[in-house]
Amino acid sequence: MIGMLGNAFLIALREIRRNLTRAFLTVLGVVIGVSAVITMVTLGEGTTEAVKAQISNLGSNLLMLRPGAGFGPRSGGAGVPLFTEDDVEALRDQVPGIAAIAPVRNTMMSTIYLQEARNTSITGSTIDFFSINKWSIESGRFFDERDLLNASAVCVIGTTVRKELFGGQDPIGEKIRIGKASIEVIGVLKSKGQAGMGDQDDTIVLPLTTLQRRLGGRTSSRDISQISISAEDGTDSDFLIGEITSLMRQRRNLQANQDNNFFVFDTRQIAETLSSSTRTMTALLSAVAGVSLLVGGIGIMNIMLVSVTERTREIGIRLAIGGTAREVLLQFLVEAVTLSCVGGVMGILLAYGLCTVLSSVIQVPFTFNFQINLLAFVFSAVVGVVFGFAPARRAARLDPIEALRHE
Amino acid sequence: MKTADGNPSLISIRGLTKTYGHGSMAFQALKGIDLSIRRGEFVAIMGPSGSGKSTLMNLLGCLDRCTSGSYQYDGIAVESLDSVALSLLRRHALGFVFQGFNLLARTSALENVELPLLYRGYPRAKRRTMAREALALVGLPDKERNTPAEMSGGQQQRVAIARAIVTDPSTLLADEPTGNLDSVTTQEIMELIKGLNEKRGITVLMVTHEDEVAHYAKRIVHVKDGLIEKDHVKLDHSEGSSQ
Ligand SMILES: Nc1ncnc2c1ncn2[C@@H]1O[C@H](COP(=O)(O)OP(=O)(O)O)[C@@H](O)[C@H]1O
Ligand SMILES: [Mg+2]
Repeated sequence: MIGMLGNAFLIALREIRRNLTRAFLTVLGVVIGVSAVITMVTLGEGTTEAVKAQISNLGSNLLMLRPGAGFGPRSGGAGVPLFTEDDVEALRDQVPGIAAIAPVRNTMMSTIYLQEARNTSITGSTIDFFSINKWSIESGRFFDERDLLNASAVCVIGTTVRKELFGGQDPIGEKIRIGKASIEVIGVLKSKGQAGMGDQDDTIVLPLTTLQRRLGGRTSSRDISQISISAEDGTDSDFLIGEITSLMRQRRNLQANQDNNFFVFDTRQIAETLSSSTRTMTALLSAVAGVSLLVGGIGIMNIMLVSVTERTREIGIRLAIGGTAREVLLQFLVEAVTLSCVGGVMGILLAYGLCTVLSSVIQVPFTFNFQINLLAFVFSAVVGVVFGFAPARRAARLDPIEALRHE
Repeated sequence: MKTADGNPSLISIRGLTKTYGHGSMAFQALKGIDLSIRRGEFVAIMGPSGSGKSTLMNLLGCLDRCTSGSYQYDGIAVESLDSVALSLLRRHALGFVFQGFNLLARTSALENVELPLLYRGYPRAKRRTMAREALALVGLPDKERNTPAEMSGGQQQRVAIARAIVTDPSTLLADEPTGNLDSVTTQEIMELIKGLNEKRGITVLMVTHEDEVAHYAKRIVHVKDGLIEKDHVKLDHSEGSSQ
């Protein structure tokens, strides 16, 4: 049996060499199928992971109060009233279930350190901003109550800003220019990573008072563009949204027939939107992967069917000179298995390369999923073997003379 | 089984019939053939086109199955063998040469000739040596690397003969081996086959419709409409073979 297998292997290799084009196309079919499935599924999973991480970074009980009627074209613009520090105080005092609340003022400004300059999102807020948004410190410190009171020229920066402005240098104690002011870096925020919603680490946070009094330009008004709120554990966020809405309507004297000119949303809504869109994407990717598998399989089938006449005659010759049906079939089986396995391994390698490149391009984590590799490999191997082997099996059942007569 | 002169028959068939197709499409190509052939004979089978010569050869070469009748090869009841046993019989005892050569495309002459030895499980070195010897015997020692597409019809038929005899079969069956060849090449091929019969003692069964080709044989069997019409041993063989 070993001898017979070795023999079949020898003949099969000879056959592969003799029909390089056919072998190449068969392998190509398997490679396309395997690599497509693995790449799609791996990237889909990576995206899901990234979104999950993003959601847990957001915090589970975070609410935001923003001006306007919601996201989208009607949301901002002239005439939409912003918030005031009194609004913040009123909410803190009158709405039960609020754990922390922070006024937020966002702007984009150019920042300069020595020769390096870049545009970065600047946030002015209070100390609670860090806990509400689950920021922690990597080095240095957050600003404190005194900094807020004195409008100290201090800021904390995200890791992207550190990398871009300072390179490998320690930024703590260095002064950067933001707008008109020179501001000392007192802390670096621990990275939250990126994906889905842009780079969260490309940010500078400074005391709200500092932003209002020192940076100059449009930032000097006392308006607040957003209020961030974290709910106490166990508080129903729908209830909280209701309370906040009615208080704000009251403070703004909105009549019953007037729409809200502000809106409140919580992270659960964002999480739901994001996870439903990743589900859609995963389904889409799976469909694409399925189609590629099918295309690969049809490719293999085509090649095998095109060569079936030649193969049948060849089987006739081999039977006529004394090969048994089993020996001849074993040879074809070995050939199909060899090609499919070579294709499968190449497909996995290609998928590995594609995943490495693509996951860094679309910025999702790349996790090697053993199961999907195995599944894709086995499926393609089966397709290759079935389509490579089935025509041979039919031919080997014929009497040699019938196989030789095949047109 | 003994023949009249006391030699045991190598091949002995009785009442052999072959029907192609079924029902209204059925066609009886052989209608009951009796034939005995001794070891070492050189037999030509002649007859008009469609008379059943190829059908008979395919049955004798164990490439096809008869509808009824008995076929003994070297004492083995061929009609009762399964397909594996038939393959083994072809492998060890028979060599077949086709009118259309039937070589593997894109495969060198040497590898084509080696093919039957592969199924015998011989080691590579032995296969190489035997295949080279066979190619030398058919007069193609310098063509071992050529593929069929790179050879003339006569050369391809020589390769096919080399493939048929490389296993040293007891019987060589050839269905119109010169049917696709010109007259000069035909003569060369026939001398080759005659030499194999005389020098190596291989029993040769050959189909032809050409008298000149049949002349090389020592016995001529005429087939017509699926029956043997005439079966005679040529008395003038020793003088008339190579005219
Ligand atoms: N596979 C087949 N199916 C049906 N009829 C066949 C087949 N092969 C041969 N025949 C018929 O059998 C008869 C004998 O054919 P064959 O043995 O090839 O004749 P020859 O070789 O003497 O020319 C012919 O009439 C032919 O049409
Ligand atoms: Mg014929």
